[in-house]
Amino acid sequence: MTDEYSIFALVVLLIVLALVVVRLTSLLAVAILAGAMSFILATVYTLLDAVDVAFTEAVVGAGISLTLMLAAISLTTRHEAPWRGRPAERVVALLVSLASGAGLLYATLDMPLLGDPAAPANLHVAARYIAESPASTGVPNMVTAILASYRGYDTLGEVAVIFTAGVCVIALLRHWREGKA
Amino acid sequence: MNVIDFVMGHALQWGSVALLMIGLYIVMTRGNLIKKVAGLNVFQGAVFLFYISIAHVRDGTAPIVHEDAVLYANPLPHVLILTAIVVAVATTSLALALIVRIRESYGSIEEDEMAKVDMG
Repeated sequence: MTDEYSIFALVVLLIVLALVVVRLTSLLAVAILAGAMSFILATVYTLLDAVDVAFTEAVVGAGISLTLMLAAISLTTRHEAPWRGRPAERVVALLVSLASGAGLLYATLDMPLLGDPAAPANLHVAARYIAESPASTGVPNMVTAILASYRGYDTLGEVAVIFTAGVCVIALLRHWREGKA
Repeated sequence: MNVIDFVMGHALQWGSVALLMIGLYIVMTRGNLIKKVAGLNVFQGAVFLFYISIAHVRDGTAPIVHEDAVLYANPLPHVLILTAIVVAVATTSLALALIVRIRESYGSIEEDEMAKVDMG
């Protein structure tokens, strides 16, 4: 139970930081806060027993994302221009996000409670993975076993996505550098 | 059902919905493209948190084989979100590279100034 209270406290902190991101106009501060939010998320994942996800979030989400954002800020601008649109646009945006939030909140009322071992998501294949993957793959970490063995094609697809993104980034920025020189 | 159990059991889901709403609002109302990407990251983080909350099992441990463990957390959502985090970084890097190019072509990364350039 104490774990759950600390998770809730961290999620409240995340929401406060997200609200600060809404208000801030300094992009440098936004990038650093985004990195801080990634680390808090990694802590929450650890408390929820998702250690592999926590590692990835801390390394990839906080580390690489933050570096990329800082690089983009250094190549573009550090400050967001003040709002020049009509106030009605903001009201519509607020209504749209409140409406989608209300729909999702209504949907959560039917969700199983946090940590319920009999929740539908924890039955079916998950139970089989937990029971069989250590013996059938020889890997004690079930997340690794599923990622690399049972769902290896997913991971291959993921690598293809990252490769494509990398090729696109190189293509975009090389053109830019040649144009400059 | 006990009200406290109900609220405790759903609080994390409500928290991720709140984060999702904030992210969506940033994406819709901010004209600065880097700020939009930051908002998109908040949105993604909310979805990831929601998935990981589904995988949590009370009194369970991390899904790594251990003699004393009785219950394990559900490893399947962990795998899905692991993939999603890495893909999210790939898309973020592509978005930021596009933003750098946009700045080079338009001289600005604000939506309204870009629209002005497009109108001539």
